[in-house]
Amino acid sequence: MTDMSAPSSGKTSLLRLDARTKKRNAAERRFRAYGAICVGIAVVALVVLMASILKNGTSAFFQTHITLDIELLESKLDKTGNRDIAEMSKVSTFGYAPLIKNAMEAKIEELGVDIEGLKKPQDMISKEAAAQLRRFVLANPDVVGGTYEFEFLASGRIDGYFKGRVTMESAERDKNVSPQQLMLADAMKEEGSLNTSFNWKFITWPDASENRPEAAGLGVAIIGSFYMMIVVLVLALPIGVAASIYLEEFAPKNWFTDLIEVNISNLAAVPSIVFGILGLAIFINFAGLPQSAPIVGGLVLTLMTLPTIIIATRASLKAVPPSIREAALGVGASKMQTVFHHVLPLAAPGILTGTIIGLAQALGETAPLLLIGMVAFVREYPSGPPEGFFDPAAALPVQVYNWTQRADPAFVERASGAIIVLLVFLLVMNLVAIILRRRFERRW
Amino acid sequence: MDDLRGIERAIEMQETKIAAKGVDVFYGDTHAIKDVNVEIAEKTVTAFIGPSGCGKSTFLRCLNRMNDTIDVARVSGSIMLDGEDIYDPKVDPVQLRAKVGMVFQKPNPFPKSIYDNIAYGPRIHGLASGKAELDEIVEKSLRRGAIWEEVKDRLDQPGTGLSGGQQQRLCIARAIATEPEVLLMDEPCSALDPIATAQVEELIDELRQNYSVVIVTHSMQQAARVSQKTAFFHLGDLVEFGETATIFTNPVDSRTESYITGRIG
Ligand SMILES: Nc1ncnc2c1ncn2[C@@H]1O[C@H](COP(=O)(O)OP(=O)(O)O)[C@@H](O)[C@H]1O
Ligand SMILES: [Mg+2]
Repeated sequence: MTDMSAPSSGKTSLLRLDARTKKRNAAERRFRAYGAICVGIAVVALVVLMASILKNGTSAFFQTHITLDIELLESKLDKTGNRDIAEMSKVSTFGYAPLIKNAMEAKIEELGVDIEGLKKPQDMISKEAAAQLRRFVLANPDVVGGTYEFEFLASGRIDGYFKGRVTMESAERDKNVSPQQLMLADAMKEEGSLNTSFNWKFITWPDASENRPEAAGLGVAIIGSFYMMIVVLVLALPIGVAASIYLEEFAPKNWFTDLIEVNISNLAAVPSIVFGILGLAIFINFAGLPQSAPIVGGLVLTLMTLPTIIIATRASLKAVPPSIREAALGVGASKMQTVFHHVLPLAAPGILTGTIIGLAQALGETAPLLLIGMVAFVREYPSGPPEGFFDPAAALPVQVYNWTQRADPAFVERASGAIIVLLVFLLVMNLVAIILRRRFERRW
Repeated sequence: MDDLRGIERAIEMQETKIAAKGVDVFYGDTHAIKDVNVEIAEKTVTAFIGPSGCGKSTFLRCLNRMNDTIDVARVSGSIMLDGEDIYDPKVDPVQLRAKVGMVFQKPNPFPKSIYDNIAYGPRIHGLASGKAELDEIVEKSLRRGAIWEEVKDRLDQPGTGLSGGQQQRLCIARAIATEPEVLLMDEPCSALDPIATAQVEELIDELRQNYSVVIVTHSMQQAARVSQKTAFFHLGDLVEFGETATIFTNPVDSRTESYITGRIG
């Protein structure tokens, strides 16, 4: 190149930039600017996303409750009066509804408010309340005849009123709530029998039906997701690591292992729904495993996670310097001793990171789970392990999907809340990955 | 040259430890070692010299079957250690490598403590029956590796934290901790400064009391200083093999002469 030749004037000053240096510096400045812009875009996108989710979702963790004194009338709950549980369980939740109605009317009287046109004030309380009451009475039959204070969930509309979702105007057009009820709610809030507090039930309770969003929780979905992660971890980690070690350290390099390698890379790119179809065909239709069960979900997610773990593990095994292998072989270690004493410990941080990335992916995966029936509406908690792996359950991302499908706007809030829970789990997993990495790397 | 003091060193005749006959090595289609015959004597330092890429390392790695780990490498011919063919299908290379230790060009301590670096070999070969015995082996090896004084107070610290010269002596100590009969060294001083080099050379001279040492070096001065026998390789051929003094003062082949006078390589 001609501009490589020495400057013709002989000496150049270091204090003055020559044209080439200027050009180089300008190029570098431009590149830095592009980089900063790209980072900026990513950060803005993240902030907007997080802000919108937090804005929509945090309210799901707070719920409006109504506190009432319920008179547990013997005439309604135990006509025979001998506290026989079998006898008492014949009274369905409908039998409990009048008690709540009475208590609500008593409360209005006590408040001394007179709202013209107020109808069905008991509808301000969640339909879940009667069931809650019944569970309590059947568990403690001796309470019948007494008067006890209960804290019930307010209905989704009343809750929505305090969260700004429902207004007097919208209540006018809404057959589930009336402006008069909202006025009463305001009065009760003032008096203190209606308040908003942190709602653990959102995390612990199971899903609820379409018309009681206030009672819907993530309990079953969290257990289902947790069980699936256990299945994935227990299967995918050992299988993936063993396969990678074999392929990387022991297998001969020939066309067959090349073929396997190409296939594994391809598997990582297969759309996850395909794994769902595979799971449906093999695990449910062929092997006869139950639908909606975490074991099937776990198996499907294992198939999906395996390539990720294998690719990450092989990459970290490859990154171990060959000199370490030579050193170990040189002092007479066998191949296996070399791998397990020297190579694997050095590759462990990378393997861990890959595994946790794979698990995080699996935790957020929805499509394949839809196919194996994890969308089913499940209100029963799965039992403890190991039988629980075969019980029907939901999964966190599927629960999100499920709730976004429902008509009542209260479910949008809950779906966003579920996303926050999901993100917290992912964050915790990544944190664990970082901590473990640090731990292992400190051992040089 | 002062460096050629090896010339005056008396050479007692020793028994043959390793006898290589008609050794050829191929890397795929590359013919890296061509029909090499060489006899390595007991309790002697044998130097392999020659220009870069002539196959010194390749041949050295045949002696403890390190080439087995390279997929494309193929070795033919016979190499006898104490009269036994090391390429016999019945021979387990792992057992062989416990007898024929190796020190590499680049110091490669394990990323473990200094103690564990030395103790690893004896542990996997079951050379020590208890902690006390292992401690003893570690101390003895570090002393023979001429590094004990420098590391005795920090045996639990990483071997990778030592200086280059110390790391190489640690690797030598590690190699002798398994009590090998032959010690192969592939350019052990190429990454070291002159002082560390001198220490390692002194060490090699001491090791000769007990071991048969084969050292690859690109420095003719080093070959002259430490070895009794020298083999000159050129483009995969063993051009000349004999007493170090003879090779350096009276080479038979013109290529050897050109190399030692600095015209090739
Ligand atoms: N792993 C390998 N694969 C293919 N060819 C190799 C390999 N190692 C060495 N060679 C070739 O073998 C020849 C001898 O190499 P080497 O023994 O390393 O030379 P030296 O140690 O004398 O410098 C060189 O031509 C080199 O390119
Ligand atoms: Mg070499």
